[in-house]
Amino acid sequence: MTQKTAKTAPDSCLGSTPMHLPQTVEPRNPGMDLDLDWVMRAQANTSAIERRAAQLGTRRSVKKEYQAAWLLKAVTCIDLTTLSGDDTAGRVRRLCAKARQPLRPDLLEALDMQGLTTGAVCVYHEMIAPAVAALEGTGIPVAAVSTGFPAGLSPFDLRVKEIEASVAAGAKEIDIVISRRHVLTGNWQALYDEMRAFRAACGAAHVKAILATGELGSLRNVARASLVCMMAGADFIKTSTGKESVNATLPVSLVMIRAIREYHERSGARVGYKPAGGISKAKDALVYLSMIKEELGDRWLSPDLFRFGASSLLGDIERQIEHHITGAYSAAYRHPMG
Amino acid sequence: MTVKEIFESMDYGTAPESPAEALAWLVDQGDRFGHFIDGAFTDPRNDFESRNPATGEILATLTQATLPEVDAAVAAARKAQSKWQKLGGAGRARYLYALARQLQKHGRLVAVLETLDNGKPIREARDVDIPLVQRHFYYHAGMAQLMDDEMPDREALGVCGQIIPWNFPILMLAWKVAPALAMGNTVVLKPAEYTSLTALLFADICRQIGLPKGVVNIVTGDGAVGEMITAHERIDKIAFTGSTAVGRAIRTATAGSGKALTLELGGKSPYIVFDDADIDSAVEGLVDAIFFNQGQVCCAGSRLLIHEGIADRFHEKLRARMGKLRLGNPLDKSIDMGALADPVQLKTVQGMIADNPAGTHFTPPCDMPATGCFYPPTLITDLAPADRLMQEEIFGPVLVSATFRTPAEAVEMANNTRYGLAATIWSENINLALDIAPKLAAGVVWINGSNMFDAAAGFGGVRESGFGREGGWAGLTAYTRPKGRRKALKPQRPHGGDATTGDAALDRTPKLYIGGKQTRPDSGYSRAVLDKSGAILGHVPVASRKDIRNAVEAAQSAAGWGESSAHLRAQILYYIGENLSARADELAARIDALMGGKSGKAEVEASIDRLFTYAAWADKYEGRINGVPMRGAALAMHEPVGIIGAFCPDEAPLLGLISVMAPALAMGNRVVLVASEPAPLLATDFYQILDTSDVPAGAVNILTGSHLDLAAPMAAHMNIDAVWSFSSSDISGEIERASASNLKRTWVNNGHARDWTHADSNSFLAAATEVKTVWIPYGE
Repeated sequence: MTQKTAKTAPDSCLGSTPMHLPQTVEPRNPGMDLDLDWVMRAQANTSAIERRAAQLGTRRSVKKEYQAAWLLKAVTCIDLTTLSGDDTAGRVRRLCAKARQPLRPDLLEALDMQGLTTGAVCVYHEMIAPAVAALEGTGIPVAAVSTGFPAGLSPFDLRVKEIEASVAAGAKEIDIVISRRHVLTGNWQALYDEMRAFRAACGAAHVKAILATGELGSLRNVARASLVCMMAGADFIKTSTGKESVNATLPVSLVMIRAIREYHERSGARVGYKPAGGISKAKDALVYLSMIKEELGDRWLSPDLFRFGASSLLGDIERQIEHHITGAYSAAYRHPMG
Repeated sequence: MTVKEIFESMDYGTAPESPAEALAWLVDQGDRFGHFIDGAFTDPRNDFESRNPATGEILATLTQATLPEVDAAVAAARKAQSKWQKLGGAGRARYLYALARQLQKHGRLVAVLETLDNGKPIREARDVDIPLVQRHFYYHAGMAQLMDDEMPDREALGVCGQIIPWNFPILMLAWKVAPALAMGNTVVLKPAEYTSLTALLFADICRQIGLPKGVVNIVTGDGAVGEMITAHERIDKIAFTGSTAVGRAIRTATAGSGKALTLELGGKSPYIVFDDADIDSAVEGLVDAIFFNQGQVCCAGSRLLIHEGIADRFHEKLRARMGKLRLGNPLDKSIDMGALADPVQLKTVQGMIADNPAGTHFTPPCDMPATGCFYPPTLITDLAPADRLMQEEIFGPVLVSATFRTPAEAVEMANNTRYGLAATIWSENINLALDIAPKLAAGVVWINGSNMFDAAAGFGGVRESGFGREGGWAGLTAYTRPKGRRKALKPQRPHGGDATTGDAALDRTPKLYIGGKQTRPDSGYSRAVLDKSGAILGHVPVASRKDIRNAVEAAQSAAGWGESSAHLRAQILYYIGENLSARADELAARIDALMGGKSGKAEVEASIDRLFTYAAWADKYEGRINGVPMRGAALAMHEPVGIIGAFCPDEAPLLGLISVMAPALAMGNRVVLVASEPAPLLATDFYQILDTSDVPAGAVNILTGSHLDLAAPMAAHMNIDAVWSFSSSDISGEIERASASNLKRTWVNNGHARDWTHADSNSFLAAATEVKTVWIPYGE
């Protein structure tokens, strides 16, 4: 973190009010009563979804300055994440510095995009305080994973209390994990009630529901769990903890964003989407963005409604941006680490 | 736009594929092309232009073939054929493999040239057409390799005339050329006049790999050249892909010529969405079904049939999806729809839509290029089957939609068409989907998907969508014939005489056998049947077109036969054999009396044996699971053709009739048989056996009468699906001509004899079945 970036932030192209939180732009998703008819009607044909997912990267291609702009957009949507047992305050401060200055100043200057930051920093509860301190004045929110992350099998009351503690510690976003067993056993009411309770515990902080899609068994379950969590008031739905063997994939993403679309069509509320884990290439990020643009619309191409949960993606984007500016392929060591 | 501005707008910009290499290839060729005949390009003339439909730019000038040029191409193919055939399957496989390799090496060049010439999006040329082209050559390299071992009884047809359309220029070339070459044929191919360039590039590739001269010949030009090929006496087979109207004309023109014919024609393929479908995926599937290649796809899912309860919601989602389609420069990698192939086609589509205002028309606001042959994606809802746009092929990006209430009604509406190419079913219920697939009149059914193709899977239609299959094992039938010399069939006329003497036994009155009942002929006339000495053996009814009508109606109401189990059909065939055996002596005597000689006993024995053969086959003529590159199964199902009208051989009055009837019945068809003309009394004796053998009424109908008189009404009857003729009367041409009315399948002897002591069951079973390819992708 340098003083220079902190100073340039207010007159950045993004303005002084970062659009991170949904409530800064429009009302939060209030949720609705559990509509089991709707939930049970949801279908997801795996082969068809895979075909569409396979076409996404071939139907759209962004080149040159468009590619640079899209990659910068991706940067603003990154929840820069560290979720390791060996995290320390120092490590988190380093990450926060990267969040404030995700690209080398000369690169941002060349593109006239000074002041660009990542969407948020995502940490465990114990790391909230150092993160909040490190990001003070930047408007970059701290997100905390919660509710017995990643398995979500600690006592229910402790999970609720964990949310409350994280909010009290200054987290503006809470990434909760759902009880996969409720999905696997078809106990939609229990899932709904759990999500409702988590949302209530979050208060003003907005809540991302991690479905852990790699453990839900089928895309149909992903579709139904997505709907239930949105009905229960999730602000975001998120694929994975990053700890499952399969994390964010395009097919899973299609299912979830189609659920978001349907929920918006019926309720008017916009719920955000966060794929997490496994997205490490700039090219992948472009495919995700075009998928969001195609299936949900431009309104979702903004950090208040879309985030990447990623740690190594930024590094690849930095190198691609430098290539765009210089015309020569870049090297990782040329970009400051987080 | 600056990066900062794009960051806010998040537009795509453009991502054009460079045409430089393709244009350079055209320049290298002088931007002018002659034909490719006998391994070399002929001198070009400036007869007509090939234009880029997206821009109107001239890409090259082409030569309109003259008759001497077509003659030269055919002569070159003829000269090359026997050597090519004698090269053997393994030898031909090397060349096909080299073609596949070369098409892969130059994949991008072919794709870009295709997009320039045809107007299709580069994504489709690059990701769909060209990979399928390569796959087709690889696959058929394998078929050539296996031919000698796996098809020892079949051989090449000879010279194939192949006429292909402009919607998939190089892909249709591959579908035609690869199997023809693999089986030892040589070809004279005519690409469509709008889109000849990739065929000429292919010719260049043939030259590069050293394909023997004359094996592939390519002549360019319009329909007049197609007519020259169709009419050419030294061509053995015509393969055509294109419109039903032209297909009908080709059927008529080749009638009686002895040419083999396969036709892959138009369609109005249903796209059925049940209320338990994955709706978003079904909406997306329509992008592949009707907006793929600007809807210029013969098997496009152009007729949306949707469950009434979800129709509004579905249409709403579809309209939203259509709003996301991007139209524009076909070379742009970020567009979904390019240009129609020619201004003529654009006018056709515009005219059809303007002339038919019925229904609610929807076109999303989209950026239409100011010039070029572009037509926006269009949805027309609130239509009924009676509306013209629900019946006629539009061949553009226009989807029509109607609703149904029940699965049965969905099937009824789906089949309410003259076409029968493809169909799509969307449902998450395996019971429902697999129940509907066999009920649809279509050669291809896709479950939860659309427009899936592969070299290993048969493709082709029923009804007026044509006949014959391309791809897979089924496709090889279209390029081979049974080995052996063909002998002429001598006409067998009824015995003459004064017809005054008769035996003194109690008078018997043979009748027609229609709907399980013995029926007098509508005409009220009978004809005397005489033995060799001129003595009257009996009188048989003279059937007329009205009796054909009645027989077909009876057959129609026996549709349940096709749904009965193969085991049951086998049991009934065995039972017929059993009952025939009980009356063997009497029938043998009758044969001897009618035919003269002592062959009766052997013929009855052979007939019983034939019944047993097809009883055996009934539950053993199995389909396949095609080896397509997909997680799922592509089933090649054998389905009955439907109602088959057959003129039985004159020379083997009992064995011939049974050889025709038994395979048809075994496969679940209903038949209208016209008995041996000189010896019809065997047939009229035989129906008594049918009466006692549990054959359902209407499954077998037997007429007696003049083959010459009955040929045209039989072949023209719209509710008959196939006509076979083994008659010694000269009716093959008449049958083929009249069959053009509904493009029914025909199988005629062209005056050639058949040895009825051999069953040749593979030929009969293949003729008695249609291969339906059912694509079932799966995965949870």
